[in-house]
Amino acid sequence: MTALEIDNLTHTFGGLTALADVSLAVAPGERLAIIGPNGAGKTTLFNLITGIFRPSAGRIRLFGRDVTRLPVHRRARLGLARTFQISTLFPKLTVLDSVLLAVQGLDPARFVLHRRRASYGHLRERAESLLSEWSLADRAHQVTRQLSYGEQRQVELILALAGAPKVLLLDEPTAGLSPAETASVAQMIRRFSRETTILLIEHDMDVALDLVDRVTVLVQGRVLAEGEKDAIRSDPNVAAIYFGSDDA
Amino acid sequence: MTFWITQALNGISFGMLLFLLAAGLSLIYGLMRMLNLAHGSYYILGGYVGLAAMHATGSFVLAALAATATVTVVGVLMERFFLRRFPEQELPQALLTFGFLLIFADLSLWIWGGTPQTLAKPEIFERSIRVGTIVFPTYRLFVIGVGLVIGLGLWWLQEGTRLGAMIRAGVDDAEMARGTGVNVSLLSTAVFALGAFLAGLGGIIGGPFVGVYPGADFEILEMALVVVIIGGLGSLKGAFVGGLVVGLLDNFGKALFPELALFTVFAPMAIILAIRPTGLFGAR
Amino acid sequence: MSARVASGTAALAVLIALPVVLSSYQLGLVTKMLIFGIFAMSLDLLLGYAGLPSLGHAAYFGVAAYTVGLLALRVGNNVWIDFPAGLAVAAAVSALFGLFALRTRGSYFLMITLALGQVLWGIAFGWRSLTGGDDGLPSVPRPRLPLPWPMTDGVPFYYFVLAFFALAVAALALIVSSPFGRALVGIRESERRMEVLGYDVWRYKYAAFVLAGLFAGLAGNLFVYFNGFVSPSYLSLLFSASALLMVILGGSGTLLGPAIGAAVIVGLENVISGYMERWVLVLGVIYVLVTLFAPTGLVGLVGRRLGHGDA
Repeated sequence: MTALEIDNLTHTFGGLTALADVSLAVAPGERLAIIGPNGAGKTTLFNLITGIFRPSAGRIRLFGRDVTRLPVHRRARLGLARTFQISTLFPKLTVLDSVLLAVQGLDPARFVLHRRRASYGHLRERAESLLSEWSLADRAHQVTRQLSYGEQRQVELILALAGAPKVLLLDEPTAGLSPAETASVAQMIRRFSRETTILLIEHDMDVALDLVDRVTVLVQGRVLAEGEKDAIRSDPNVAAIYFGSDDA
Repeated sequence: MTFWITQALNGISFGMLLFLLAAGLSLIYGLMRMLNLAHGSYYILGGYVGLAAMHATGSFVLAALAATATVTVVGVLMERFFLRRFPEQELPQALLTFGFLLIFADLSLWIWGGTPQTLAKPEIFERSIRVGTIVFPTYRLFVIGVGLVIGLGLWWLQEGTRLGAMIRAGVDDAEMARGTGVNVSLLSTAVFALGAFLAGLGGIIGGPFVGVYPGADFEILEMALVVVIIGGLGSLKGAFVGGLVVGLLDNFGKALFPELALFTVFAPMAIILAIRPTGLFGAR
Repeated sequence: MSARVASGTAALAVLIALPVVLSSYQLGLVTKMLIFGIFAMSLDLLLGYAGLPSLGHAAYFGVAAYTVGLLALRVGNNVWIDFPAGLAVAAAVSALFGLFALRTRGSYFLMITLALGQVLWGIAFGWRSLTGGDDGLPSVPRPRLPLPWPMTDGVPFYYFVLAFFALAVAALALIVSSPFGRALVGIRESERRMEVLGYDVWRYKYAAFVLAGLFAGLAGNLFVYFNGFVSPSYLSLLFSASALLMVILGGSGTLLGPAIGAAVIVGLENVISGYMERWVLVLGVIYVLVTLFAPTGLVGLVGRRLGHGDA
């Protein structure tokens, strides 16, 4: 069975076609990079998979189940998590509070209003163990917006990991980071459980190819090429279009 | 038959008055994402200043000039010194403009007292036209005419001029408009001035038939809000259609079901909200 | 945490002791402050925690007051029926209005809550045979309880209100620290993020909307008993906006800040309208000053002075 299967996905808004007839399939535990120039529709694809946008046509299946019409939170409960390119963290909450929200999101206690959250020890234990596992325990009581940008990207990843997702979508996790910070975030991703299926949007080709098994190249809303990373690396079409339009 | 035609005429003329107010509210929201609750104050300020000027000069035209000029200046001062500090922050905007609503309400009560007043009509519109058994007060026809002229003017401004293009650019994306060199700061003031001018004009036009009295600011504001909820914020067409709909509903409601007068305005609003939360012509 | 419990207990002790030192007039004023404290705290659940700026919160306050007033006058002064009925109607109306209002956000949410509130105001104003129209319903009796002290006296009624105030504070304190309450804060900070984390955001906002309406109804119940009178002004935009001002002035997103804001506004109104006619003008100036200089409220001002940025 595939972890995630996308059939002929099309998305148009305001007369513009952001994605046209995109299909892809990812096996459980596989790591796939989605690369392409700006405006290729990569983030749109993530928004469709998570349910933030509804596709104009096509199907999305998660472990064989059709989720095309499911709302965002229901997909999350099926084990789908994502990070955002532009940070949408909880700026005024502490790091621990933010992680607690992430842990609580998939816990049966999430809608309880007659008991203090502090009385749920297992939520706090899980949040603290996540923070120490990813070496942010010393930042637990700091307000998120006071963290460095690199640390905020780490919090972003921890929030996505909190529910032990089966499928994880990472939208440019290293965008805007220094080379050293990029290396440490990449190292973090490398340590993610091999059971987690990962889709990675990444601007930096070297970082991307280092982290994944397979690559899909998206250009102007269409799949230009897909295959093993070595094949993609040596594909002249990809080199022309991807590197040609990217001055990075 | 006479009843229906007379009520329809009254409804349409009240609708045109609401259009003047809603158009300003809507323009200001469209460009600045700002809900100006003091918009109702501009109506009574226009009315009261008009009354005072009428008293002093005896001329409706001079009264109209004095009223619209005063209200426009008030609007510009509010925008430049207060409102622009809170771009895209709906709650501070609401609190601030509600504060001004109270300030103007109490100042007006202080200066002009609590007795409801009506502005004298210009002499040429004192008469009525008689067609068969139906009597048309010419002033109502004049109000409809003013509404149509303003509507056409605004439409031309929006679709046919550079200012309109800038406003539309601002409506679509303030960030982008800034990028293309539009002076958003000046544009905001200009649009705010235009909105205030229209509301002040509303005070003058409405003065002879709706009147000016303490509480008219709240009532007119609420009616204008219903208009933009029905028509859609930021849409000129919405303000026009919504104005007519609300004007007619209000008049027929009051005439046919006096006990539930306001309900006949609010119930259709609720239905439209249920179907289209952003109104008939609203974006998004 | 225990320091908070201790200071809460101390504050409650002071409130319990107040009738000893205050005149009956002053005690009436404090009673009013407590009632508006509940009203402001109920709005804060929406505004401060869930991030939903309602400009129509008087609707639930007023509809509860009308329900209690009508039942007590027309059916019978039975607090065991009238009081729950007021709460139930407030919750039902907020459950209905929430369906409309929560389809929108931002300025639209403000405008639509305002307009929905006006629907009720319009009914109360127009339907004279039921509501008495603009004149309202006078002579609503105080509740009769199986206690040796009549509620028509100021002191027993003060304790009646204080008991509900304490209950409301305790209930709201529990709600805002529960998983549900923390999720509301998350929604205020980032709705999109919360959806992706598995939260059914609409359900949380809707529950908060109805709960806020319920607590506003509690305040309305108490106020109609307190005043012995209900009129369309209870449903008015002025009332709704006052609640917003109280929340912001006290500090939105804090539990007791709004109650402090309510006490300040009620107190100022009393003092200022005592020696001048221009209270509305002063109130307008307060709105402007608070927006300009104390956007995070008194709690925020004090907090900044103490050196922590966020209350």
